[in-house]
Amino acid sequence: MKARAFSYARPSTVMEALEAFAGCGGDASYIAGGQSLVPALALRLQAPRSLIDIAHIAALRGVALQGDRLRIGALTRHCEVLTDLLIARHAPLFRAAAPHVAHPAIRNKGTIGGSVSLADPAAEFPAMTLAMDAELEIAGRDGTRRVPADAFFIDLFQTAIEPGELLVAIHVPVVRPGHRWAFHEFARRRGDYALVGCGILAEFSGDRIERIRIVFFSVGNTPLRARQAEQSLIGKRLDAAAVAAAQTVVGDDLDPPEDEHVPPAMKRHLARVLLGRLLGEIMRQEP
Amino acid sequence: MNELVDVSMTVNGSQVSRSIAPRDTLADFLRQSLELTGTHTGCEMGVCGACLVVVDGRVVHSCLTFAVQAGGSVIETVEGLTERAAIADLQEAFHQRNALQCGFCTAGMLMTAYSLLSQPGIPTRTEIRDALSGNYCRCTGYEAIVDAIENVARLRNAALPDRTREEAGA
Repeated sequence: MKARAFSYARPSTVMEALEAFAGCGGDASYIAGGQSLVPALALRLQAPRSLIDIAHIAALRGVALQGDRLRIGALTRHCEVLTDLLIARHAPLFRAAAPHVAHPAIRNKGTIGGSVSLADPAAEFPAMTLAMDAELEIAGRDGTRRVPADAFFIDLFQTAIEPGELLVAIHVPVVRPGHRWAFHEFARRRGDYALVGCGILAEFSGDRIERIRIVFFSVGNTPLRARQAEQSLIGKRLDAAAVAAAQTVVGDDLDPPEDEHVPPAMKRHLARVLLGRLLGEIMRQEP
Repeated sequence: MNELVDVSMTVNGSQVSRSIAPRDTLADFLRQSLELTGTHTGCEMGVCGACLVVVDGRVVHSCLTFAVQAGGSVIETVEGLTERAAIADLQEAFHQRNALQCGFCTAGMLMTAYSLLSQPGIPTRTEIRDALSGNYCRCTGYEAIVDAIENVARLRNAALPDRTREEAGA
């Protein structure tokens, strides 16, 4: 349970970090909070020759409102997501998900950028990034680029971040009047990985749903939009019949892999129950 | 790659400097280099909570931090909290309520309780259990631990002057 020997670098700027990675010939890992990486190193699932500690890069810190976007620095810790007033107000699905992320001591060190760039399919923040239609700001040696969440999560633990690149910030479109949202997950115990989880962001025009993003996690290789359920709700008034119709099609949106503890039929069932509860919650919210 | 690096940090109020391997965890550094063996290593993968310490004011797993990452930080271990009597009431309550048997998890339990009770108000039993969700105890079944923490929360709250209590939102 000990990591293999590695060399350690602590750059103070993004460019220094990118150069350090290139200087190792790519046999390196960036480390921020390390709450997923250190166990992987201890178990020798990974054994890079170098660790590049990005935790002291000021440009990766901070939460700031920039026009109609909230910029959340990649180094923002889970415990800060839980208490930050700007996040609670403008990116509320992150706030709603935060108490479900691991345990208090993990939340004290783990970072949102680490969670999103790892893209664990059972993790809350990658899924909420997708639900809120955020953009991911990625730095490379040729400059920075922004990738919409819809194009970011590619496969199991695989994102649009190329080797050596670094996630700098998450840019979330701020919620506006007319937006409603809900989040919940089923887990055996608080802090455990979710059996199934879901976040919904809906935009109403009057009493009708104009746009909606329904994202499930822990149901496949990546966070997943329930597109048929979304489609079934657009233009509709949210009532019991609309909820039931969405619940009918959501099973077809999901294709959960075989799992010895939670078989696909159980995941689909839990997803239907969760969708019903969350849409019911949104129905009851004041417009 | 096996080179040593120099690292300095403040541990329980004292400045310490050592040459260490980058792969050494903070837990091993505290236990082996500084001989502070109150911090226990159980799973060494962030699950059991026996290795919790305070780093820069926040309780974290010392097994999930390399000592080199903590260079420049301020660390407090169970020994430090004990010496400045910050957890004397918790230790007494754990003793009184038989909230430990083998004691392996106790340092981590005390760290979590210390952190939880540094927030204002009296936590509910559900909140105490939530806070303890990352601390494993294989002896007690947790009930006595929750009791002990709840008792201390009430005693501390009762000891506050009324005005402070109002400010704390209790």
